[in-house]
Amino acid sequence: MTTLIIADHNHTSLQAATLNTVTAGQKIGGELHVLVAGANAAAAAQAAAAIAGVARVLHVDAPHLANPTAENIAATVVAIVKSGGYTHVLAPATGFGKNVAPRIAALLDVAQISDITVVESPDTFVRPIYAGSVLATVRSSDAIKVVTVRATGFDAAAATGGSATVESVAAAPDTGHSKVTGQELSKSERPELTSARIVISGGRGVGSAANFKLLEALAAKLNAALGASRAAVDAGYVPNEYQVGQTGKIVAPDLYIAVGISGAIQHLAGMKDSKVIVAINKDPEAPIFQIADYGLVGDLFQVIPEFTAALG
Amino acid sequence: MKVLVAVKRVVDYNVKVRVKPDGSGVDTSNVKMSMNPFDEIAVEEAVRLKEKGVATEIIAVSCGLATCQETLRTALALGADRAILVETDVELQPLAVAKLLCALAAKEKPKLVILGKQAIDDDANQTGQMLAALLDWPQGSFASKLDITGDRATVKREVDGGLETIEIGLPAIVTADLRLNEPRYATLPNIMKAKKKPLESMTPAALGVDVAPRLATLKVVEPPRRQGGGKVADVAELVAKLRNEAKVI
Repeated sequence: MTTLIIADHNHTSLQAATLNTVTAGQKIGGELHVLVAGANAAAAAQAAAAIAGVARVLHVDAPHLANPTAENIAATVVAIVKSGGYTHVLAPATGFGKNVAPRIAALLDVAQISDITVVESPDTFVRPIYAGSVLATVRSSDAIKVVTVRATGFDAAAATGGSATVESVAAAPDTGHSKVTGQELSKSERPELTSARIVISGGRGVGSAANFKLLEALAAKLNAALGASRAAVDAGYVPNEYQVGQTGKIVAPDLYIAVGISGAIQHLAGMKDSKVIVAINKDPEAPIFQIADYGLVGDLFQVIPEFTAALG
Repeated sequence: MKVLVAVKRVVDYNVKVRVKPDGSGVDTSNVKMSMNPFDEIAVEEAVRLKEKGVATEIIAVSCGLATCQETLRTALALGADRAILVETDVELQPLAVAKLLCALAAKEKPKLVILGKQAIDDDANQTGQMLAALLDWPQGSFASKLDITGDRATVKREVDGGLETIEIGLPAIVTADLRLNEPRYATLPNIMKAKKKPLESMTPAALGVDVAPRLATLKVVEPPRRQGGGKVADVAELVAKLRNEAKVI
């Protein structure tokens, strides 16, 4: 049994969810290999080699992987999986992983298992369905299991202490299917949403993009990441990458502060595994209070500045 | 150019789903069913392409039980020209649906297939990418903007860090994310007209596709319920509790 983990990285470092995916791989058992496919990605490959528990790092470096497309990553992974005799292919359930894993699975003619939160055995996994209202235990009968891993379901593997060998592997040729021509990536001074210890999210109740500044001031005090409900993103208060929920980002920080968010099940799906939940809403009947450890009924425009000031 | 749109019939997003007493699955009897919300966005995008003169014909496809006809009629009322139901009572998993759509694409030769990025029942987020793989076509997944010029498509995609723009050649697969458009409602006259639009039924066997499930669902359970409901009176109490009780700040 050998597992290939597809690293999500930016060529110089690994995205945090890669470490949680390694832990899921350890629970499956067998040998763990990590694939780092990029351009000038030696630093990311070295970071992968340092993860505790990783036996080998396959480093694929090619200019056409500088802005990797699903088509090119899948072509490379399928070639490696077929020649390497892998039994499992794991990717973090990030935007990157969700884009490539189904393509890989279909090329291998196997099912793909999305967003697992528990490894029960090498062929049996638990995954949330219906916006997390239900947990399904599924068993795969395929020879190769292609799986995406929900980071909040697994602890991060230690980023240091490993000493895997790094081996260069050739990339599959450019499929020519797709070309990245532009990127609009948010530049925030706040920590990354999915790996932050504290997250403050705003909803429709925040009322405008300008009002989100109130939350930013509080976030700066707490060194928190900023998130949002779908309503706030659809209204244009904040960009899409802030969205927490069933079809956005899944977070489970130590502290989640929901501000002006009513608590639709689709939003709860993205944050209800947070350790401590605070809800601030002027509507005492808002469903978010039912899952909040500390609910404060009040006007956020008074509460948030007061909260920020109280932190000194 | 022909556009194929895939639509799935799912439990309505407002329904609180319940697990069957024997834990074998989710109880879908007597609950409101609707078109998967992401597929509504996919249909809307196809209709807009037709209104712009880019698409000439829209074919809506659904795979599953005979009741999926209702979902297809909705798609027809929204603006699809004709519909195809691949009818089976086998539980369809994403790979099987992708294979069915692949067989239909080979038959219908669309230039573009639009799907929702994810169905809100199984939350798999796989079918579009799988279909692209089987057809060896490019994939523009999680699209928040789609522009078509000649034989090329520019797709703005929602990614973890923001937005990414890709250029792909047609034929291609696009999967719809939430911000691609805001779907219209079907009007009563269009609902009436939809009843007369052609709806063809076929079986997976007729398409030569083996739809046997690859994953067995061993059990489904409801997750442990979170104990919430605690209240604080004011900011001072909140800060004190977060510091001294929860110890998270």
